[in-house]
Amino acid sequence: MAEPATTRPDYLGLRSALSDRLLPVLVGAMTFLAALAVAGTLAAASLAAHWQGDTAAALTVQVPNPDDAGAGGTRLAAVLRALSTAPGVTNPQLMSTDDVNHLLTPWLGTNIAALALPIPAVITATWAGSAPPDALAASLAKLAPGTLLTSGAAWAARVAALTSSLQACAAAVLFIVALVAAAVVSVATRSGLAQRREAIEIIHGLGALDADIADRFAARATWLTVTGAIAGGALALPILFWLSALAAPFAGAAQSPGLPPALWIALPILPLVAAIIGWSTAQLTVRGWLRGLA
Amino acid sequence: MVRFEDVWMKYQTTGPASSRAAPDVLRAISFDIPDGGFRWLTGPSGAGKTSLLKLITLSEHPRSGRIDILGTDARKVSRREAALLRRRIGVVYQDFRLLGHLSAYDNVALPMRLARRNESQIQADVTEILRWVGLSGKLDTRPDELSGGEQQRIAIARAVVGRPKLLVADEPTGNLDDEQAQRLMMLITALNRLGTTVVVATHNLGLVARYPAPRLVMAEGQLTAHG
Repeated sequence: MAEPATTRPDYLGLRSALSDRLLPVLVGAMTFLAALAVAGTLAAASLAAHWQGDTAAALTVQVPNPDDAGAGGTRLAAVLRALSTAPGVTNPQLMSTDDVNHLLTPWLGTNIAALALPIPAVITATWAGSAPPDALAASLAKLAPGTLLTSGAAWAARVAALTSSLQACAAAVLFIVALVAAAVVSVATRSGLAQRREAIEIIHGLGALDADIADRFAARATWLTVTGAIAGGALALPILFWLSALAAPFAGAAQSPGLPPALWIALPILPLVAAIIGWSTAQLTVRGWLRGLA
Repeated sequence: MVRFEDVWMKYQTTGPASSRAAPDVLRAISFDIPDGGFRWLTGPSGAGKTSLLKLITLSEHPRSGRIDILGTDARKVSRREAALLRRRIGVVYQDFRLLGHLSAYDNVALPMRLARRNESQIQADVTEILRWVGLSGKLDTRPDELSGGEQQRIAIARAVVGRPKLLVADEPTGNLDDEQAQRLMMLITALNRLGTTVVVATHNLGLVARYPAPRLVMAEGQLTAHG
């Protein structure tokens, strides 16, 4: 990629002082890592949303000996009545015997009826409460002893905690990558300042403003960091496609083939962030250095 | 106008405490140069001439005392104001201080470009001044391909191309033959007649004798004669 032509001569000789070799390569490597970290963050958020949505709201109630006598009828009828009136519970549905048998087929085989096992009745429902349904579980167990209520909320809470940890790690990686990128730009800029000290002193003596000099360094540093960032982001794409294909089975129907849209938005932002880091770091470094001149 | 009032100067060092106690290179310097004035600055090597010129060109700060340059108190200017003030000062350095990666044309055009002059004016003025110093055939030549005298003429052209209000020259004829030195002095005196204040440091007492003007005489960091 050729640097845009400028009508202004390169007064400070920055094309050689800030070379187009090391800085773009290092920034490219930083961007590659940042792209992976961003992808990890988005993937974790997507998985968490998937688990926290459907799974957290699912309630499963197992009623052993459903046909035995219970309060006002059978134990099953008593539990169904209680679920129908329980606050936060919606859509309680008794699973058919065929559906239950189908669920158990992997463990018990297809001829479950011949085994004469005491198969519990299974009720599914949706839980809309904000707290775990512990009180509901206790009341059902009291109504029909042995009744077992399981909620997806506990799993969802664990997944949420894991997701938060992953996102915190990714944020830390991004922060460190940004710091390292800024350090790399600062070191390269200081090297350029040392190489062009005499030229800078000359144009400073001729009346150049600090901004004139800092802007030239910043423009060069920005160009190099953006070039490196675009290259690093492009190199990360095949890896991201591969990781996305690996993660697709865990993301359920929410994940379509290819990269998620949020990642397509985030990836082009990385060169912009690199540009901001390159420009601001070079400006700060040069202006600080220039204060050493009269 | 250039005015020094009891100016003392020492170079800042960052070494150990013993070296920070460097002596003053300029001591109790006071003088006035009115607008449009001309002063020779003479004295033996090490007398403090270059240090004095650095203060005039705002390249160094005094340790104490007051300096007015072109009517501005140099102690009170911001960095931006100091830069804008430097644009009104033309400087010919003893060691030329040209940018080796730029052509002769771009070296001379530099002060005008920093001042955001338009390119057509820059082209006209730079071409004219390079013709005047006898280097119109070397616009695209880099300094390292020029002789010492030619480099000095480029440095002089750069100093005067912006028609400065104050012209400061440190041994400007040191690398010039007699004819070029005469041409340079004609240029400087012409600028002076047009209102530019001029300070020229030199060892060449013959030149001083040929162009009589008040002298600032330095010795051991002090002004020993003025006028």
